[in-house]
Amino acid sequence: MSNTDIIIHDEKDNVGVVVIEKINPKQDCNCWIMENDKSVSIQSKDEIPLGHKIAMVDLNEGDTIMKYGHDIGEVVKNIKKGEHVHVHNVKTKKW
Amino acid sequence: MEIPNSFLGYKRENGRAGTRNHVIILPVDDISNACAEAVANNIKGTIALPHSYGRLQFGADLELHFRTMIGTGKNPNVAAVIVVGIEPKWTKRIVDAIATTGKPVEGFSIEGVGDIDTIAKVSKKAQEFSMWASEKQREECPMSDLWISVKCGESDTTSGLASNPTVGNLMDKLEPLGVHLCFGETSELTGAEIVCEKRGKTPEAQAKFKKTWNDYNDFILKEATDDLSESQPTAGNIAGGLTTIEEKAFGNFQKIGGCQFIDVLEPAEEPTKGAGLYFMDTSSAAAECVTLQAAGGFNIHLFPTGQGNIIGNPIEPVIKLTANPLTAKTMSEHIDVDVSKILSREMNLSQAGDELIKSTLRVANGRLTCAESLGHKEFVMTKLYRSA
Repeated sequence: MSNTDIIIHDEKDNVGVVVIEKINPKQDCNCWIMENDKSVSIQSKDEIPLGHKIAMVDLNEGDTIMKYGHDIGEVVKNIKKGEHVHVHNVKTKKW
Repeated sequence: MEIPNSFLGYKRENGRAGTRNHVIILPVDDISNACAEAVANNIKGTIALPHSYGRLQFGADLELHFRTMIGTGKNPNVAAVIVVGIEPKWTKRIVDAIATTGKPVEGFSIEGVGDIDTIAKVSKKAQEFSMWASEKQREECPMSDLWISVKCGESDTTSGLASNPTVGNLMDKLEPLGVHLCFGETSELTGAEIVCEKRGKTPEAQAKFKKTWNDYNDFILKEATDDLSESQPTAGNIAGGLTTIEEKAFGNFQKIGGCQFIDVLEPAEEPTKGAGLYFMDTSSAAAECVTLQAAGGFNIHLFPTGQGNIIGNPIEPVIKLTANPLTAKTMSEHIDVDVSKILSREMNLSQAGDELIKSTLRVANGRLTCAESLGHKEFVMTKLYRSA
């Protein structure tokens, strides 16, 4: 088994979590989807630290971020596949 | 792994069992802390539980104060109790309720006597209790005597990926053995509240959860100046990669595995519906939450952390686990169980759950937790509103 750089909880998720110390821009990463034990790959665009999220697809303002197969917030600034997803481009829908 | 069917605990007069054998000096109010701490300093084998409140409280806030005091004294990790308050009436109310367990308990009040003579009197009684408790021996107790509470803190995305699911795996394995289980953190289920509500085993449990969460949300909407973005998620959560309260909530929710909750408890309320999982209405602040769960009678606590929360409790041992490899390395003196190998896929969830069960049993049998060995004794009362 090749090393896992990114873990995705659910097949429906559009973000993954970095599980190595960091990934660098243009790094080819191995992703493991926990729910169905499948593997996919992605090339990063940003430097992303351990525990932070990467966009698995292009996301537009108003789109919903899915993690654990559930809605965890709204995109407030367009995000390209492979970019860092965090408080600068996603906001809660709760308040 | 075959799960052991017993642990070594202290059998109490009321049929419960403790994982610890504390003699506590419990101040009723803030101004009795000095006396309680002086006694604990005099008499080895006793601990004082100072706190900030207990004067001029009223209504539901006062009831919660009493419930927390009484529940702390009744907890089976406590062998004997001395209650010290400024006035006799509230002191007696707490003593009488703790006495229903059959354990040794005595109350003293300071008014009309002064600190120095009270300290002398209390010290004599404390010495008697401490020497009596020191002869108690651990005996074999069934696993069903374990009452396990859980709460996570300084969470990051590794909590939702691995350390919280490890706790969930333990719950799935121990629930069939008749263990009492408890999760809380009303605020940190925000975003997952509808999914959580459906985990109620009965329509009554579901309705009770819904009401509890709605009441909390109404309170937040009333009190919040703009939003909770400054406190939920916390700066630590955000540094760890958590972006929204919803993301934090779904991670948090992994702690209960596939279990369903059978009832919803008031803060510090003792469960009465038998073995199984309970939800307790608590703050998500670590020390407040664990203090309330300990007062509900839980005798061992599991605390998954991402960025490294260091909390302990004076009477309920707090076992910390993390899946964050950096935290496991940089804060190793705080971490009892390292499950970071789940992230590198060198360990699966079931293996991690087994490791956690083994560590839980070692602590139940008497091994000190990291927090105990470092002297963490955070005892924090929950206050519902300002005093009169």
